[in-house]
Amino acid sequence: MSELITSNSAESMSPEGSTTPTGITGANILLDHVTKRFPGQARPAVDGLTMEIPAGKIVMLVGPSGCGKTTTLKMINRLIEPSEGRIVVDGDDVTNMNGDTLRRGIGYVIQAGGLFPHMTVATNIGLVPKMLGWDKARITARVDELLELVSLDPALYRNRYPKELSGGQQQRVGVARALAADPPVLLMDEPFGAVDPITRLRLQDELLNIQEELQKTIVCVTHDFDEAVKLGDWIAIFNEGAQLEQYDTPERILGDPANEFVENFIGSGAGLKQLTLTRVAEVGFGDAVVGSPGERAADVLARLITAGHGHAVIVDERHRPIQWLSRRKLGRLEVISSVPDPKLPVVGYRATLNDALDIMLVSSAGAALVTGRRDMFKGVIDVQTVMDAITRSQTAAVLESDQAPVGLNTGVFQAQAPATELNETDSDGADARASR
Amino acid sequence: MWDFLGAQYEQILFSSWQHFSLVVQCLILATVLAVVLAAVVYRSSALTGIANSVSAIGLTIPSFAFIGLLIAPLGFGVVPAVIVVAFFATLPILRNAVVGLAGIAPSIVESARGIGMSRFRTLLQVELPMAWPIILTGIRVSAQMVMGIAAIAAYSLGPGLGGFIFSGLSRLGGANSLESVLTGVIGVVVLALILDLLLVGLGRLTTPRGIRV
Repeated sequence: MSELITSNSAESMSPEGSTTPTGITGANILLDHVTKRFPGQARPAVDGLTMEIPAGKIVMLVGPSGCGKTTTLKMINRLIEPSEGRIVVDGDDVTNMNGDTLRRGIGYVIQAGGLFPHMTVATNIGLVPKMLGWDKARITARVDELLELVSLDPALYRNRYPKELSGGQQQRVGVARALAADPPVLLMDEPFGAVDPITRLRLQDELLNIQEELQKTIVCVTHDFDEAVKLGDWIAIFNEGAQLEQYDTPERILGDPANEFVENFIGSGAGLKQLTLTRVAEVGFGDAVVGSPGERAADVLARLITAGHGHAVIVDERHRPIQWLSRRKLGRLEVISSVPDPKLPVVGYRATLNDALDIMLVSSAGAALVTGRRDMFKGVIDVQTVMDAITRSQTAAVLESDQAPVGLNTGVFQAQAPATELNETDSDGADARASR
Repeated sequence: MWDFLGAQYEQILFSSWQHFSLVVQCLILATVLAVVLAAVVYRSSALTGIANSVSAIGLTIPSFAFIGLLIAPLGFGVVPAVIVVAFFATLPILRNAVVGLAGIAPSIVESARGIGMSRFRTLLQVELPMAWPIILTGIRVSAQMVMGIAAIAAYSLGPGLGGFIFSGLSRLGGANSLESVLTGVIGVVVLALILDLLLVGLGRLTTPRGIRV
């Protein structure tokens, strides 16, 4: 039985391993029929969970409290030892290796960073490299490199103690410490639960930036579904006993929830949440007639009429938008002034469609100006572009479903038909997917 | 009084030094014992309860009776003195060490384990350093207390300033008897103050800025 699964999973994982695009430093993880029973509890906390976590992706584990998502996470680095089943990291069965050695090779971040208050930031970050026997110079260099990575100035923060940092900074140091020895896998247990909402958004953005650069395999537990949608390449929604209700992309979970439980868990506003999945940079935006201060308004108006546009964008010498003038306004002007309009509807190209739509609704034009690096003007986005993008992503989501990683519970089926359990669940899964 | 001090100052200094050295050595022994015991018991609530009861009840044993009882099997001399002083020194330290270790947030221990520290390394590098300020408070309490107990230990003819007190008390009314008792008592108080200052200094040196209050 277990051999069957091994070969099965090896097949499904090895092609991915061989076709791994360069840049991915993560390793894939396989939970193979993992069960955890705590003494004195009638029902297992995790019941026969089989789950594949692809290399270089962010997988979010979400579910109501007590559903076993944290237990599942902690079994990957064996902070909690599984009662049954195997844990395979990067093709190696780690179920019986020394737990401390295993954990040194897996980054671990908890809420508020879990920093040691009696050690400086540098000592905290250097702990794992020190345990691995790195020499001092290498550790120092690595600490500085990591502080840079999490946007903290090494000279300023290296010798501080955790209590001298804000909550968000502590969390960053926590991430830096987890990344210290360049582990292929990063486990995060509600990492951004203890910071204020604004800091949380910034930390999430930074995590995405770091992930873009490093491409680790990140498994992250959260109770915040919006966070899961924002960060996750894949989302696993758990019910009690770590029953996997749906394991799929955020697009598909939002667009096509597997059952009522998932629907309830998503809550209202699934359509709006989809807007947070796409960034402005990913949809096409229209070009605009551009003018600069000092030009004669009539010239700009003439260009506007030739192009058939309704509005002209005025940019300053560094190509940052300062005004957005309608034909009517241009007609009344003599020369274009260089006074910036404070109410200009501007949206960064890394912003989500949700943010863009919000700004558009406020602006009278029903559109927004998109800026790129250093606030340089890139183009115009309007409501129609957003609508088209949503329609496209909904159709695309249904198509890309067959790449979904394996994720199923065998605990339920075991009781009914132990011999054919795997095949049954497999075909069940295929049917379910095909029918969607 | 001044005549007594002048005539006896060499003896007084020697006894003070011996008293001080007895207390410090016993404190070190007691600290090691208490920390090891605390490390063994702090994870189990049942054992922690036992340890706390022992340290509470132990402190109610009259030290004078205890040393008297020890003279029977061990005879006179340094050994019973060391045992009594170390015993009483251990109790407050043990109590504080257990409280300090048990008071460390589980999340800190979990994060230490999560980055691959072994149980022992976690205790040594994370839990004990974090509990150290509390343990040190226990050591200071112990130091004050056993300064006095060490004087009583002189009953077993152990070293220290207690000799002045006992010899003075035994011939009260005689020449220089009161001076002798006062020398012993004041000497103990002065030594206690000096040791406390030293321990405060030790605390400053050994407590990292990150956990200083």
